[in-house]
Amino acid sequence: MAEKGTQTESELKTRLSLPSPRSHISRLGLPAVIVLAVVFPLFAGDYWIDVAVFWGIYVLLGLSLNIIVGEVGLFNMGHAAFFAIGSYTTAILSEQLGLSLWLLLPLSGLAAGVAGYVLARPILHLRGDYLLIVTIGLNEIVRITLLNNPWGLTGGPNGIIMLDQFRIFGYAIQRPIDFYYLVWALVAITVFVLVRLQRSRIGRCWNYVREDEIAAQAMGIDTRWAKLVAFTLGAGIAGATGTVFAAKLVVISPESFNFMESVILFCIVILGGMGSIPGVILGSAGMMVLPELLRNFAQYRMLFFGLALVLMMIFRPQGLWPSKRWTTILREGEGK
Amino acid sequence: MAEQTLDDNPQRGGRQVTEQQQVLLKLDNLTKNFGGLRAVDEFDLEIASGSITSLIGPNGAGKTTVFNLITGIYRPESGSIRFNGLELIGKQPHEVAKVGVARTFQTLRLFENLTCFENVLSGQHCRTCSGVISSILGTSAQRREEEEVRTEAERCLKLVDMWDLRDELAKNLPYGYRRRLEIARALATQPHLLILDEPAGGLNERETAELMDLIQEIRDSGITILLIEHDMQVVMGISDWVAVMDNGRKIAEGTPYDVQHNPSVIEAYLGTENGDFYTESEREDYV
Repeated sequence: MAEKGTQTESELKTRLSLPSPRSHISRLGLPAVIVLAVVFPLFAGDYWIDVAVFWGIYVLLGLSLNIIVGEVGLFNMGHAAFFAIGSYTTAILSEQLGLSLWLLLPLSGLAAGVAGYVLARPILHLRGDYLLIVTIGLNEIVRITLLNNPWGLTGGPNGIIMLDQFRIFGYAIQRPIDFYYLVWALVAITVFVLVRLQRSRIGRCWNYVREDEIAAQAMGIDTRWAKLVAFTLGAGIAGATGTVFAAKLVVISPESFNFMESVILFCIVILGGMGSIPGVILGSAGMMVLPELLRNFAQYRMLFFGLALVLMMIFRPQGLWPSKRWTTILREGEGK
Repeated sequence: MAEQTLDDNPQRGGRQVTEQQQVLLKLDNLTKNFGGLRAVDEFDLEIASGSITSLIGPNGAGKTTVFNLITGIYRPESGSIRFNGLELIGKQPHEVAKVGVARTFQTLRLFENLTCFENVLSGQHCRTCSGVISSILGTSAQRREEEEVRTEAERCLKLVDMWDLRDELAKNLPYGYRRRLEIARALATQPHLLILDEPAGGLNERETAELMDLIQEIRDSGITILLIEHDMQVVMGISDWVAVMDNGRKIAEGTPYDVQHNPSVIEAYLGTENGDFYTESEREDYV
């Protein structure tokens, strides 16, 4: 290359050879976080453990929506619908058939996944805000259907009381501390699965679709298929989370799955950083803490949410903890 | 039928594909309308396997539309597109890529927020098959596939001399590298036919010379090339065959020499009937 080329190239080379400071932090940081998470409930009171349980549930929901919004860039603002389908599947089947919650966990995931597939299929060609409007509509359709008590299954506005609990050899998971370990174990499994996916052919093709759909098609990627997989998987994880939610709350009613819930989930992904797993964990903490802080201004809460989003878009559009690109530095030894 | 028309018209330079060579791509009677505008009008073209064929013509002549028809982005009103004997019309863009037609874009379409390496990995997607379950479990087949995919991406990045830049985000690259990254990405789909839409656009003279070397290198590795280009130095320098479009029609085709001396081509480009296509002053005017 001539002068200009070599200059930029050597410049970039020095940048590449710098060791990433984050790799050291995460090497020590991850085990530390895990130890902290395990011992936390032994010292904390029930109130804070309960807060952590709901945080974990939001993390699960945020992670599931992150697949759709963060990885593929499909603006889904009706995610609470799939969460609702999962919760109600659990409650109805548990009440009617008395199935074990361990069985209902994957079953509810499956039901929500199928619903996600069926509902998303006809609308996936829509882009950006058009898709967003339709998903808001889906959310409302599901909520109103539940309100109308079809075949007397959903209990209308009163909802369903589900008395069954997760049981391990007869021991019922009831106390906050039990739920804490259950929820965060599920978070750990989900994170593991999503990290595997992010670094695979599937995860990459989701990102290609998000970056440029036409180019992705030209590279031989079936973008419809990629979007459907993401939607189904995201809906499925949200549905499985619904089982835990139903077990924790005992009473589930349509109002737990209204449009505001979808907005909060959407904000979690945007605030945390699209496509970033630590971002989702941080973002859900933010969305949990913010309402608590604003308790005295309850009627202005939405105003503050809006303000927070606007400020984020201006000052930190990439999110609190933006996703880092995976690099090839680790597999060196060849090359220079 | 294409042969007949060519023979009828003395201005067209005959046929590229001799009896010994194979036709890789055959466009027949292709027509595409946009509303009342006929963008491509009964367009025929044969591309010989292993050749570099250029498609030239004034702006708005319909060249990029022809590319978009071949790659499945548009559907023609009539005509056929046969690739290795396989009809491409009606296929989705990703299916066209899978049978071995790769392309670059006139306005670059890189995956801006991904690294160069990830950009090139995208090409391998249609050559691999691991799904959700095997990726979660990390099966040995999936890991082997991942290793193969990376090796292939490494080869393509090295071919365009960009291996050192593999971890750089595409949006941070200087322009010349962006052009080359797009070519590397297209090559990673392991195509039989590579379609380049103005690859020299915006490049300086040195970069253009490198690009010409690269294109010839790619051709020598057995990949047939179809090129849209405005830089006549590139077109005349490396093409085996040149087809000229104007107003959606093919007005001439032939070897670079024939086309340069074809009066209807000169008219289409310069609007005069005298003067050599290749004289220094006119070329400067044009380029």
